[in-house]
Amino acid sequence: MDNSRRKFLKIAGLSAIAGIGAPTAFNGLLKGEALASAPDLEENVLKGEVGKRYGIVIDVRKFAENKALARRCINVCHSIHNVPDYGLNKDGSKNKKDEIKWLWTDGFENVFPDHSHYKKNADLHEMPILALCNHCDNPPCVRACPTKATFKNPDGIVMMDFHRCIGCRFCMAACPYGARSFNWRSPRELKADGSYKHIKNFNAEFPTRMRGVVEKCNLCAERLAIGKIPACVEEARSANAMVFGDLNDPHSEISEVLNSEFTIQRKPALGTNPSIFYII
Amino acid sequence: MYDTGKIIPGLLVFVGLVTFPVWYAFGTDAGPLPNPEKPTKARQCVESTEYMRTSHMVLLDDWRDNVVREGGDRRAKTEDGTEYIRSLQNGCMNCHTSKKKFCDECHNYAAVKPYCWDCHVQPKEAN
Repeated sequence: MDNSRRKFLKIAGLSAIAGIGAPTAFNGLLKGEALASAPDLEENVLKGEVGKRYGIVIDVRKFAENKALARRCINVCHSIHNVPDYGLNKDGSKNKKDEIKWLWTDGFENVFPDHSHYKKNADLHEMPILALCNHCDNPPCVRACPTKATFKNPDGIVMMDFHRCIGCRFCMAACPYGARSFNWRSPRELKADGSYKHIKNFNAEFPTRMRGVVEKCNLCAERLAIGKIPACVEEARSANAMVFGDLNDPHSEISEVLNSEFTIQRKPALGTNPSIFYII
Repeated sequence: MYDTGKIIPGLLVFVGLVTFPVWYAFGTDAGPLPNPEKPTKARQCVESTEYMRTSHMVLLDDWRDNVVREGGDRRAKTEDGTEYIRSLQNGCMNCHTSKKKFCDECHNYAAVKPYCWDCHVQPKEAN
């Protein structure tokens, strides 16, 4: 009898300690846990207003006037960054599996599914819209990357360090804009004459990638570092179709354009806060 | 002890085989030391020769992390004031113009295979 009372008191005491201690311990463990959903928008905007944040405004009207411009921007981007072109499949369809894209065009309803409806302007049906990495202020790809190979740099650019990429493709699943491509093949396959099979205009000042890494637009970080603007914006400048600048500087050209024009972003409801804006 | 006649010679053969590399190489040296080609146009490297010899890989990693991640300067100056680009492909190989005669010389000797050139572009070899 004595023995079992002793046991009972022991168990009761331990249960009381566990009952009181458990919530405290749980709270300690849960602190700093990543949220599955997007964090509070207001907090996010405030965070984005510290330091530089580069962005681009794309004037879709100008691209509609000048149909060849988008293709020119893509070509210049892909050639300076040694982006391989795997061409078409044998049946003439686009080789979507191997395709690597930093800058590309897509239909309005694919680029802006939130803004698309069945009675929209007829022009919009035909219009190819330029798309690229949105360099989100709250980038889901950065949160998904297990090796910190992708990260946000001090200028607000979502960058990649290809050395660290292990090719897990979590970032590709996380990106709601399809801005990331995986190197299923080596971009350095050679022709018989020793030149690269899939890289037409080779730029010896920029590296290629290797098989098994993910790649995407880097907002021409290597050009910004030497005082140039992104190559696509430079190409589109003659037509005044793209504006590049610091979104946090209220006097920059881009801020003035954003103040005076009505612009939209891709999938704004997701709370990623893209740095790429569109004038339709 | 049983089977002394088998065990002792067996042990001797075993020790002989295990130490084979030692006595085989006895009296020979490790072969000619690597002699990486020195650049002709530049006088001074970004760090001392001793540091570069032992720790160039650390320096390259530091450059990469600083330039890519921390927004560090892409350009810097050597002690004698020559400007250089903090980049393997566009900096180092600007003076050390041959991968074969510079990088491979020691890397082959030490049997290390860094994977720099899987992505970075080596300068065209003059042959």
